[in-house]
Amino acid sequence: MNNFHPFVLPFTIGTVVLFIILFALFVKWLLQMDKTQKTTALKNIISFKTLKAVWEAVRECLFHRNIFRTNPVLGYMHLSFAFGWFLLIVIGKIETTFYSGTFWDEFWLAIFFRFFEDTSVTFSGSELFTQLMDACLLFVLSGIVLAVIKRFYSKIYGMKKTTKHTIVDKIALTSLWCIFPLRLLAESATAGIKHNGGFLTQSLGNLLVGLPLEHITLPLWWMYSIALCLFFLFMPFTRYMHIFTEMLLVFLRKWGVTENNQKTGYTNIELNACSRCGICIDVCPLNTEAGINNVQSVYFIKNTRYGTLTKEIADNCLMCGRCVQACPVGIESTLIRQIMRKKECFNNKDYYQYIPDKEEKQISEEKEVIYFAGCMSHITVSIPEAMKHIFAAANVKYWYMDENETICCGRPLMQQGLDKQAETLRQKNTEKILSSSIRTLVTSCPICYKSFTEEYHLPIEVLHHTQYIDRLIRQGRIKVNRSDIKVTYHDPCELGRGCKIYEEPRHVLHAVAELMNVKMEKENSLCCGYNLANTQLELEDQMKIRNAAINNLTAPKPDTVITSCPMCKRALQHGINVNIKDIAEIVDENIAK
Amino acid sequence: MNHFDVIIIGGGPAGMQAAIRLGNFNYKTLIIEKEKSIGGKLTQWDKLFPDFYSAEELLQNLTRQLNENVSILTEQEVKDIENTSENEWTVKTADGQYSSKALLIASGYDFFNAKRKEEFGYGIYPNVITSVELEAMIKNGKITTLDGRIPQKIAYLQCVGSRDEKVGNHYCSINCCICAVKQSIEVKELLPDVEQYCFYMDLRMAGQHYEELYRTSQEKYHVQFIRGRISEAASTFDNRIQIKAENTLLSTPLKLTVDLFVLMVGMEASETTRFISQKFNISNEYGFLQSKQRYCSDNETEIKGLFLAGTCKRPMTIPKSLKDGDAAANAIFDYLKNR
Amino acid sequence: MKDFGYSISKGRTLNYDNSDFSLKKTLEHDVVSYCRCIGCGACASTCSAAKFTDFSIFKCNMLFRNAKYDELEQELSKCMLCGKCTLVCPRGVNTRGMILEMRNLIEKNKNNNE
Repeated sequence: MNNFHPFVLPFTIGTVVLFIILFALFVKWLLQMDKTQKTTALKNIISFKTLKAVWEAVRECLFHRNIFRTNPVLGYMHLSFAFGWFLLIVIGKIETTFYSGTFWDEFWLAIFFRFFEDTSVTFSGSELFTQLMDACLLFVLSGIVLAVIKRFYSKIYGMKKTTKHTIVDKIALTSLWCIFPLRLLAESATAGIKHNGGFLTQSLGNLLVGLPLEHITLPLWWMYSIALCLFFLFMPFTRYMHIFTEMLLVFLRKWGVTENNQKTGYTNIELNACSRCGICIDVCPLNTEAGINNVQSVYFIKNTRYGTLTKEIADNCLMCGRCVQACPVGIESTLIRQIMRKKECFNNKDYYQYIPDKEEKQISEEKEVIYFAGCMSHITVSIPEAMKHIFAAANVKYWYMDENETICCGRPLMQQGLDKQAETLRQKNTEKILSSSIRTLVTSCPICYKSFTEEYHLPIEVLHHTQYIDRLIRQGRIKVNRSDIKVTYHDPCELGRGCKIYEEPRHVLHAVAELMNVKMEKENSLCCGYNLANTQLELEDQMKIRNAAINNLTAPKPDTVITSCPMCKRALQHGINVNIKDIAEIVDENIAK
Repeated sequence: MNHFDVIIIGGGPAGMQAAIRLGNFNYKTLIIEKEKSIGGKLTQWDKLFPDFYSAEELLQNLTRQLNENVSILTEQEVKDIENTSENEWTVKTADGQYSSKALLIASGYDFFNAKRKEEFGYGIYPNVITSVELEAMIKNGKITTLDGRIPQKIAYLQCVGSRDEKVGNHYCSINCCICAVKQSIEVKELLPDVEQYCFYMDLRMAGQHYEELYRTSQEKYHVQFIRGRISEAASTFDNRIQIKAENTLLSTPLKLTVDLFVLMVGMEASETTRFISQKFNISNEYGFLQSKQRYCSDNETEIKGLFLAGTCKRPMTIPKSLKDGDAAANAIFDYLKNR
Repeated sequence: MKDFGYSISKGRTLNYDNSDFSLKKTLEHDVVSYCRCIGCGACASTCSAAKFTDFSIFKCNMLFRNAKYDELEQELSKCMLCGKCTLVCPRGVNTRGMILEMRNLIEKNKNNNE
């Protein structure tokens, strides 16, 4: 065993333990997935999707393309770590394969090759490999320098806040930071004796020649091995777990697995796939506007993972979806939040018995659409009023379903984790909707729209009024004039990021006015602050968030700000005198007579 | 001649009263008013609470007292103000430039824009009006709905834009409670058959003869006061307004259809007031101007030579504004004398 | 002491001298805007649930302030959390947060007493 020395033991033990733990955890999580998730995954394993997943895993887990997009410096840091280390292992392995003439040499040989290398043995490309390995090492080291800088001066990355870490994280982080400098020193020291280094290690080795290298070399290799061991042992319990879990997540997601409405193995995989990069902190309006910086997705996920989640953290979120949009790993943190808000103790009673059963009232006339204004529209009366005018202009017969009394769609309850209660409301509304034979439902509220499309499973078509107006215009059922007033458009969270409806409202607005662009729009639009998902936020903070949204919308100095959500309209209206209208109103005003 | 001892921005009650006093002190005084004539919001009012004194008479009274030392510029909006040198102020309007040794701000207030409280339907339903529009009807002696009917039922809603944290106005506007009482009496005298309802959160009859007027409105004019805030208004097919509220004393929801729905709009800092408060960085949290000290130097500011009077500081009643104009004139007198 | 024969019915008077206001104090801490309520009734009159049934949010607030929890649990579960009340409240009370927290506290209190 001339390729063995006791110092390889820590590394070997660390690696073996790590892979045992990883295997156990992955199996556990996969088994914890619920039935539908398992069947979906199995159904798609042997398909083109798997290949796509491989490509995505390479792109995201090695190259970190998504982080690159949001923040190139941060992206480079992740790239140098992941890809650099990956190359060190792969090239190292190829090098030793050439050296020992077999792929099945001792697996630690590639890691500690310079120490064991017999310089009298020559093999093809040895010089090239040496230089390549040094280049990779330099690549990784550059990442470490950036990481150290980030930890202490996150501002130069354009990041206002960086994540606060746990003790275990800090140990793992320190050992991780030590690994590569130690490797550099160990290899350089060996190079000083054996002259087997590349451009980096040999140069450094030559500098070290004056030192008693024979006494230093071995301890350095020991330290290198121990650093690796520590990192591997702690890894499953730290944020570095994301390195492997992210890959698993990529595959599962490509196979079509999604969050259900309860905590499953898939949830655990998502939780562990978070690298705590902190990108979500900077996009969260609670942080940027209200200075609340302990509730963001990264902290929510961390606390959920370690079982230290408090009500304050779980409930203090607008669910505006900006963090999900920005997350490089694509973790559905708002859905997980909804799951974690579940309040079992309130879920076992009969609720809302006061709502009368549907009356057997036949909708006698042939009607084309059901109009559901939604709760909020009743206090933004101009929206249903404008819709009435539009229906009349298009000669559409409609049934105003909630003219006198509204049963809430149930989404606000869902968001607070009150599933059973939401279910009751959904039943009541479904009965009412299906009591007519009308095939199209138009709603003015994005919250209701999301609920009707995603939670109701209605057998009829559901449209938000922006979509419906767009259709009326396209079909020529209403004719509109293009006025020359300048408008900007506020994408409501639930309609934009929530339902991906960006084009219809813009199409409508181009038809009736001059639409100006704003800095933050479409998937980057800002929340109005009133989002119902948050029950913790007080008015003062909501106002700060709203003001940021108003500033964004009024920056190009429009005549009117347009939105398509009654709640957003209320929020913006409550701000300083800004002229705000719903999209239905501006269309109504510009209908050609 | 463009140089004056004092320039007063705003010719409302406070500005006029200060001008009277300053004129009597023999100071060359200039009032810059953006409207067609001086008088401020007084010109929009018919009679004043609590004694139904004629606003027009008060205005004539004030105008009569202005002496030859006072010049008046109307339809001139202030474009810029500069503290050009120590003790020297320059005011620019569209047409000219004027300078003075002291500057008095009496730029007053504006009514809250009721469209910001969309649930009340102002600007959407024709028969939802503000207290200002009702006052104009009273002044004309003719109260009708928009479609020309004689109203049978009228509802008043207090605190529209005041005491409302949602629109950022946490304060009470002082005048609206008693104003609704006054207006309901006047309306009843014009329309003896009308039924009137006044919805309030708290009724603040803070002054002598105020409470008495409230009592009279109940006893003699049978106005019904309902403790509860209206939350929604909707139009019926015949353009009447259906309102929903809660009778909080009975803890019961309430529905009522009226012919006219009057919103008692609160007071906000006027545009000029906001402009000045930002320009000199003496704005309070609502955009009103902040005086140096509320008790002993309420007409002075942190800036030398800059004085304040009336509702540019906070909501006030007319008598209080007049007294504040007096006080400002006295403060300016002291300042110019000791200069 | 055992009840004997008949008991004296509870008086109608709110006895502030020996009521337990500890829950109220917790709520004051957790939902600070809760104490701002002036009982104007805007919430109750706009309430979606109140269109169907006898339900008044400001009354719940008043009951809670006065440590009258008996009927409150049943009452609070009528809320659909639609959020209209929050939008109309002139005092900026976080009504939905208040309702959820009241339910939590009452539930906890019940468990503690059992």
